Amino acid sequence: MVMSIRHALLALLSEGPKYGLQLREEFEARTGEVWPLNVGQVYTTLQRLERDGLVESEGGDEGPQKAFQITESGAAELAAWLRTPPDLSSPPRDELVMKVLVAIRLPDADVHGVIQVHRRYLVQLMQEWTRIKEAGADNDLSLGLAVDAELFRLDSVVRWLDAADARLKRVAGEMQVQSARAPLPKQRRYLGAQG
Amino acid sequence: MSMLELRQVSKVYGLGAAEVHALDRVTLSVDEGAMVAVMGPSGSGKSTLLTIAGSLEDPTEGEVRVHGTELAGMSRRDKARLRRRTIGYVFQDYNLLPGLTAAENVSLPLELDGWPLRKARAAGLAALEGLGLADRAQRYPDELSGGERQRVAIARAVVGDRELLLADEPSGALDSGNAEAVMRLVHDACKNGGMSAVVVTHDAQLAAWADRVVFLRDGRITDQTVPASGPESLLTPGGQQ
Repeated sequence: MVMSIRHALLALLSEGPKYGLQLREEFEARTGEVWPLNVGQVYTTLQRLERDGLVESEGGDEGPQKAFQITESGAAELAAWLRTPPDLSSPPRDELVMKVLVAIRLPDADVHGVIQVHRRYLVQLMQEWTRIKEAGADNDLSLGLAVDAELFRLDSVVRWLDAADARLKRVAGEMQVQSARAPLPKQRRYLGAQG
Repeated sequence: MSMLELRQVSKVYGLGAAEVHALDRVTLSVDEGAMVAVMGPSGSGKSTLLTIAGSLEDPTEGEVRVHGTELAGMSRRDKARLRRRTIGYVFQDYNLLPGLTAAENVSLPLELDGWPLRKARAAGLAALEGLGLADRAQRYPDELSGGERQRVAIARAVVGDRELLLADEPSGALDSGNAEAVMRLVHDACKNGGMSAVVVTHDAQLAAWADRVVFLRDGRITDQTVPASGPESLLTPGGQQ
């Protein structure tokens, strides 16, 4: 899960000075407890933020009694981050896409089987998220939003699998027609998607 | 006990070279109170499965039982009674009668079944109320939004203590908010109202409301999800990842 703990902590500190443990609790509460955070991550991130001048600590205490507050440059950094879209321009090297691309090149692979194993897994995960939604997301805005995000993300993968399945079926149909007329090399070119 | 049971059900349309196997030895059992979603691409046999389960069509081969009674042994009259009393249908395009109000649409199946008018109307209103539509009862379908129309259709399908709800892409024409609301209602009808439901959909987000998702491909059930574990399993307690 890509997310910026750094900026989430800045956001929490923009409300006023807070302790490390408190930041962890509030982070989890506000993300609907969908993304657990360990206290080590919180302190490491705070140290880096302090080093970069984005937060400052009150007093010289170390450990849980040390309170942090956001600086002016921290507030500016937070405002800029909120308005900067994350980099989605280059497609991620998706393991599932790779698996399907590999499977279509293996002579004996059951591509539909590969697709279905993943479809079932994804739908099961979606069932679990839906149970969470049913159990309490209506009364918890953060949880509702986080669960919806997860459901839409998983749904997009299922849709890709459906589209891949349909495309493969279509190609298999075309290949049957072609193999009645044409020799093998042409079909191989068709399947070798990278050209 | 199973509310609905399909055993080795096949359905063939056409003859000879034009033969199409819409369903191929499908076996499916839906327990009382369970909600089952059927997913599959178009042409995979989803709608055929539903019409056969709902006795709207006969299978070419195999057995269909609703609440333990085999449909093949039933007279036309008994089947009609089963459709009126036990099974509720919801379709993508709502199928409400335009000349009747929401309340009249909902109470119609009860009136057709011989209920006294007043009792039928009261049950219809109660069903609408249960779906948050009390203030829409006297509206005609063309005065309702798509989401409201589908809720009226669901009220009509559950009214009068029906036991089996069969829904074919019930939220296909709705936006995501209304679509989810429809699935919640079906889910609640099973969990709180004791109904069983089979919902056909191509939408994984909607199928995820079901207890079990069955995958259909080329007329065959090829796979199904195993029942999901408890609601907390994805939420790791703080600090551990």
